[in-house]
Amino acid sequence: MIGEVDPVIINLTVFVLAIFVGYHVVWNVTPALHTPLMSVTNAISGIILVGAMLAAGPAETDWGVWLGAAAVALAAINVFGGFLVSQRMLEMFKKKDKKGNA
Amino acid sequence: MSANWVALAYLVASVFFILALKGLSSPESARRGNLFGMIGMLIAVATTLTLTQNWTLILGAIAVGGVIGAIVAQRVQMTAMPELVAFMHSLVGLAAVFIAVAAVNNPVSFGLPEVLPAGSKLELFLGTFIGAMTWSGSVIAFLKLSGRMSGTPVVFTGQHAINLLLAIAMVGFGLWFFFTETTNWTAFIAMTAIAFILGFLIIIPIGGADMPVVISMLNSYSGWAAAGIGFSLGNPMLIIAGSLVGSSGAILSYIMCKAMNRPFLSVILGGFGSDGGVAVADSGVQKTHRSGSADDAAFLMGNADSVIIVPGYGLAVARAQHAVKELAEKLHEKGVNVRFAIHPVAGRMPGHMNVLLAEAEIPYEQVLEMEEINSDFSNTDVVLVLGANDVVNPAANVPGSPIYGMPILDAHKARTVMVVKRSMAVGYAGLDNDLFYMDKTMMIFGDAKKVVENLVKAL
Repeated sequence: MIGEVDPVIINLTVFVLAIFVGYHVVWNVTPALHTPLMSVTNAISGIILVGAMLAAGPAETDWGVWLGAAAVALAAINVFGGFLVSQRMLEMFKKKDKKGNA
Repeated sequence: MSANWVALAYLVASVFFILALKGLSSPESARRGNLFGMIGMLIAVATTLTLTQNWTLILGAIAVGGVIGAIVAQRVQMTAMPELVAFMHSLVGLAAVFIAVAAVNNPVSFGLPEVLPAGSKLELFLGTFIGAMTWSGSVIAFLKLSGRMSGTPVVFTGQHAINLLLAIAMVGFGLWFFFTETTNWTAFIAMTAIAFILGFLIIIPIGGADMPVVISMLNSYSGWAAAGIGFSLGNPMLIIAGSLVGSSGAILSYIMCKAMNRPFLSVILGGFGSDGGVAVADSGVQKTHRSGSADDAAFLMGNADSVIIVPGYGLAVARAQHAVKELAEKLHEKGVNVRFAIHPVAGRMPGHMNVLLAEAEIPYEQVLEMEEINSDFSNTDVVLVLGANDVVNPAANVPGSPIYGMPILDAHKARTVMVVKRSMAVGYAGLDNDLFYMDKTMMIFGDAKKVVENLVKAL
């Protein structure tokens, strides 16, 4: 390419393509699993943890770092809570083959 | 780690996230999908850790949050899933605001120039206000869903005008922040505060049964908030994961609106039934309904060939899912073909009923979606409506009715209809339900759980 591309444009490219991927993948989710879909996406939006870690990252501690640490804790609740509750729910959707009630 | 390696690791994590969502296409692959999600998150977090210096602080904060999250996930009742999800959306929103504030405070630590360029300011503005609205909106949704706040819409005159003025003011402060060369804290704080207030005001007029739309919308917002922060920090990991979540929530909102045949905008503007459309012509004729006891109902069901159970929010409120499972088993032993029909907006969040029935260990093969089962109602002996109302209201087929065009479960086509309800009160749409007055309908009054337990006893 001629010259350097502004990183914002690259980010925009990534953004638009990710929306398309999300759109197509999510339409294939079975309606019975819409609640687990919400809790899994909840956990995934806990990815904000990455941003929070960068905020809490600098060695010299000022109030911004503490704010970042608070954000890390909040996002971690989401990540752990989201994935674990999804796991608990999805266990319930296991095929029951013990009792003959199917 | 060099920037290139970090970017590659983020790419791998993103692929895992996509696989996680893909896994949810069937119950068999869903658990593996969830595992992929965890792996993706682990990669993303471990990679990011190499870019930071305060490991003790960060790992400590993760441990604190992680323990809280794990305890909550362990203890939460399945009937309380909608509240939990709303609660977690609010956390993402608040974290986004915190990060944005930290970035405005010290841009250099995020690899941004000392004096924020206009582009970064715009991105921070977007990330902050979406985050702030997600937080306060989710808090209201949480309070409403958990019954700490009344689920009825809060409406007052000039509501939309106030919201509009606030939105304009918010954008105004955003522009001020945007065009000031140095860091304009006044504008930034004012904008964030207005965004918080706006989040409250937008959700309070939305009533209980519209919650599936609201909760999906907030799900979407929480994703966009993460993506917005990703733009500010130039971090592709946040952009990709945020957009996946954002589009997922948007699709769910769309599906929910479609299932209620209501335009998204009218749900968001809120106050269903308060806009003058309630004046449904009461024919003046005193309509009569037939009520029966659990024993009568049990007799009819026990002798039927096929029974379809239509669960609604009443089932969740009464926590009747385990009793229902017993009922289904009893009927099954008698050779009755028992199935469950799920309307997309039954309950308070997408898929709410499916989770409750799965918790009670009802095999998911017996649980069918509206399109799969609707044609079977006409040759079904008994339909048992458990705490559902609007989703089985035949008024949806009558032009001119406020819910005209809403797809419903055709319960009225079955040979016999039994409705378990606490009273003859109207549902969320404020409409009388003709199904309750049909000759073939028997009303069984009482709490869903007690009635079902009585049915089991009588069988």
